[in-house]
Amino acid sequence: MTKQQANWSPYDNNGGSCVAIAGADYCVIAADTRMSTGYNILTRDYSKICKLADKCVMASSGFQADVRALQKQLAARHLIYQHQHNKQMSCPAMAQLLSNTLYYKRFFPYYAFNVLGGLDNEGKGCVFTYDAVGSYEKVGYSAQGSGSTLIMPVLDKQLKSPSPLLLPAQDAVTPLSEADAIDLVKTVFVAATERDIYTGDKVEIVVLNADGIRHEYMDLRKD
Amino acid sequence: MFRNQYDTDVTTWSPAGRLFQVEYAMEAVKQGSAAIGLRSKTHVVLACVNKANSELSSHQKKIFKVDDHIGVAIAGLTADGRVLSRYMRSECINYNYTYESALPVGRLVVQLADKAQVCTQRSWKRPYGVGLLVGGLDESGAHLYYNCPSGNYFEYQAFAIGSRSQAAKTYLERRFGSFQESSREDLIKDALIATRETLQGEKLRSSICTIAVLGVGEPFHILDQDTVQQLIDAFEIVADEEPPAADPPTGEAEQGAASEEGAAADQGAAADQGAAADEGAAPMDI
Repeated sequence: MTKQQANWSPYDNNGGSCVAIAGADYCVIAADTRMSTGYNILTRDYSKICKLADKCVMASSGFQADVRALQKQLAARHLIYQHQHNKQMSCPAMAQLLSNTLYYKRFFPYYAFNVLGGLDNEGKGCVFTYDAVGSYEKVGYSAQGSGSTLIMPVLDKQLKSPSPLLLPAQDAVTPLSEADAIDLVKTVFVAATERDIYTGDKVEIVVLNADGIRHEYMDLRKD
Repeated sequence: MFRNQYDTDVTTWSPAGRLFQVEYAMEAVKQGSAAIGLRSKTHVVLACVNKANSELSSHQKKIFKVDDHIGVAIAGLTADGRVLSRYMRSECINYNYTYESALPVGRLVVQLADKAQVCTQRSWKRPYGVGLLVGGLDESGAHLYYNCPSGNYFEYQAFAIGSRSQAAKTYLERRFGSFQESSREDLIKDALIATRETLQGEKLRSSICTIAVLGVGEPFHILDQDTVQQLIDAFEIVADEEPPAADPPTGEAEQGAASEEGAAADQGAAADQGAAADEGAAPMDI
């Protein structure tokens, strides 16, 4: 007797890559805009990036239906927070909330690979990287999604983020300027697009700094 | 005559067909400090008189933001008002989550009224002791509703509730014909004058009143004290009802828009702790 197998899966992977880089006074969050299923493209123009709070932006790859549900859940919780605290959530607070929200569904997870970027209360950039069930870590930069294995080593080489295990504690923030960080993001996306079939079409880049929030787009290979 | 025999329970009718407990709850609203609402085609203005227990404490928070497009001013037991505001906020969030659109005001007030009605028909509950002026904007325009403890609700062009509200109502009754076409500034001016009427001679200052505005293209927000004082001065409301010297520069009004929560914070932060009733005043201090 062989064990009965499921004849359908509640999950699908819509592909795509997400990247975030934290700077001394800025944060860059980027994701490609291709949404696929299997070997097909569903759309070339889908945003994986969501602004959760004034100073907190999330990019998520994986199953976009779960991603959308997660974004709505966080938005609703943020509204409640604002009513109760009379202010917006800080990025570290949102990071913890995201972790708790993900773990809440530990036994039927959100198929979402998230990277959270923003400014902390002092205006310094911060990036948090997650797995599907809420394990998270504050880092200087991160990549998630189908192209992450192609992108992460390049970021490691360029940004050399110190390990959080080192003593004395070192800042997780990179020494790059904002313009250089954006350039680096564009470069890694072009590189990932070359070899990852699920990454391409366009990259959406969001920059958060003291002046506010800014969007930039760049075309990528469409094949 | 027989009021005392039939007023123990909310579920006991009087021979005259009245529920005294519900009527007593409406009395609690009349004891609260005044709250005023007015609306035009495009804007709703809510105003209230701040009452503090003593010079040492801060004011009770009587105006709450429910959503970007709905705000509420309360009179009566502010604790009940706080709880109902939380319910309203929750309903707006849930509706938005499900339908990705703003909860129409008319739907919210019906839900609120049904919630109040439940408390008039359960022996283990008591009616909410708070009257709510719900101001909101939806696809069908600007609305102002009054929800009372009985579970009834009515739509108004302008209304006032709480102590000495009759003075404000008299003023509003004279002027309400022009409200529908009023500009935002005129609406605020009328709200301030109506508020002044309830003060019976006391000087109108921004420290004793709170004004909140919402309208087309303008999410609900509470005006900060400086803006309100400037408006009071500009409209020369302290003096008699003269025509306004000049409309306040819209710049100041816009600044007020920035910190709705900030303004509420300095009034609301300690208000939650300043609830200790002063024995000499009405038992449930408002």
